[in-house]
Amino acid sequence: MGDASQNADVVAEHLRAWNPRAVTEVIEFHGETTIVVPRNVLREVAQRCRQELQFDLLSDATCVDKYPVEPRFEVSYHLTSIPRKARVRLRVKLSGDDPTVDSLVPVWPGAGWMEREIFDLMGIRFNGHPDLRRILLPDDWEGHPHRKDYPVTGYRDIPSIAMKYTKGS
Amino acid sequence: MTTVETATGAAKTMVLNMGPQHPSTHGVLRVLLELDGETVVKAVPDIGYLHTGIEKSCEDKTYSQAITLTDRIDYLNPLGNNLVYCLAVEKLLGLEVPKRAQYIRVMMVELQRISSHLVWLGTHAIDLGAMSVFLYCFREREEILKIFERFAGQRMMTSYIRIGGVSVEPPAGWRQMVQKFLDMMPSRIEEYEALLTENRIWMARTKGVGVVKPEAAVAMSMTGPTLRAAGIPYDNRKVCPYSSYEEFDFQVPTRTDSDCFGRYMIRVAEMRESLKIIKQAMEKITDQGPIKADAPGIIPPQREKMKTEMEALIYHFKIFTEGFSPPPGDAYVTVESPRGELGCYVASDGSPHPLRVHFRSPSFVNLQALPMMIEGQLIADVIACIGTIDIVLGEVDR
Repeated sequence: MGDASQNADVVAEHLRAWNPRAVTEVIEFHGETTIVVPRNVLREVAQRCRQELQFDLLSDATCVDKYPVEPRFEVSYHLTSIPRKARVRLRVKLSGDDPTVDSLVPVWPGAGWMEREIFDLMGIRFNGHPDLRRILLPDDWEGHPHRKDYPVTGYRDIPSIAMKYTKGS
Repeated sequence: MTTVETATGAAKTMVLNMGPQHPSTHGVLRVLLELDGETVVKAVPDIGYLHTGIEKSCEDKTYSQAITLTDRIDYLNPLGNNLVYCLAVEKLLGLEVPKRAQYIRVMMVELQRISSHLVWLGTHAIDLGAMSVFLYCFREREEILKIFERFAGQRMMTSYIRIGGVSVEPPAGWRQMVQKFLDMMPSRIEEYEALLTENRIWMARTKGVGVVKPEAAVAMSMTGPTLRAAGIPYDNRKVCPYSSYEEFDFQVPTRTDSDCFGRYMIRVAEMRESLKIIKQAMEKITDQGPIKADAPGIIPPQREKMKTEMEALIYHFKIFTEGFSPPPGDAYVTVESPRGELGCYVASDGSPHPLRVHFRSPSFVNLQALPMMIEGQLIADVIACIGTIDIVLGEVDR
């Protein structure tokens, strides 16, 4: 990967030149650049990163739950530029009351399953996602297990054979 | 099996449920296939049968304890998973790993790559009807597993790579063992190629099957041999070298045919490159030197020191009761696994337990492109395509 700090300047400056309010914060940590963007411009920022800054590969999308801190959800997209050999992380912060953000499937079709996974495990709604269903858990699952306030035992008992026998005796 | 009317209403198609128990889906993958005769009209992969919540479990462990969970994500590449997790935690801690440990890591990971490709080649060939290759591949894989057993005491779930280095000193006589393998392997790879590469049945089953255009492969976030077979030389060992890969001399094989045959040729070429890397790593590994970073409070102290020094005893107690706390922040590290870009995202809130551990598993992301590869092809080609994506369901579902 190229020089991280230089890369950060390029990306942040490019986005600020387009819209001064497109970048809320730039975080540098151990050579990794995180650009925090407001959620209403996420898709446009991603579009520009892909078309103008050559970030052609969406490496990964993930989400962190910082419960009980608000805004509790941090959705991160890791972008990679194959021609420029650079990497950047786009981040949106979402509150627990309204965890909704625009989907990036129109920008990178590969975001489809990654966002489905975040929806499944964290309960983030992605606007404009063509197929927002659960992916890892069964369709009738209650709740989103990767949330910090999800009880480790789940919301329902799963009846086991052992329980069946202990109840009877 | 049911017959359903399509939206057009004119032609009748059949929905076939392939899996989750199907010998050629390599685990518990279910694919819903809508068929018009033998042609696939629509394919919907259904995953999650092997979801074990490994990422969630990691949040309950200390940083060191979580290593054993990473082994179990991709059971054909446990050392690669150990490596990516340890690199991410080391990045959070700002820990420098001694060169000797880095070279040992490289050697082990490359051995693992060969063993993973051997399992892939054997099972893929058996799916397409070539039984004997499977037996030969597993014969050689056994030799690699024996090496792992000598190094770590375990054949598969080794947990050999630890935060700050590797767990134990290489065993006595390891050089002869690895050298014996290196001497044997090139002729064995030629044996596989003699059985398959110019075999007319093999070519008929793989050439022109499951073609992916390079732009589509990048847009779908595909990585690894699948992307390199489409002509894009994207390899994390070259693009963002980790564990001293920049010091090694090796090629990144690419092809332009981008079909199942191309992906087969890429993996065979990669095995040869891995042999080169192992040879160089063996020369670089010195007989003496540290295998763990010098970081009291993070790396458990040596036994002798614990018996003689008070501080070492305190550190030992603290590491195993409480663990260690990296500074708040997050790190995303990628390595090149046999299947593609394997990423690990670790977020810390300054406590001894990770706030979030996320694995970007290449099988999961690559499998997403399966419908694109098989729609319009014959049902027999579905098996060839699933095979060449090289999925490991443990990694898909985590």
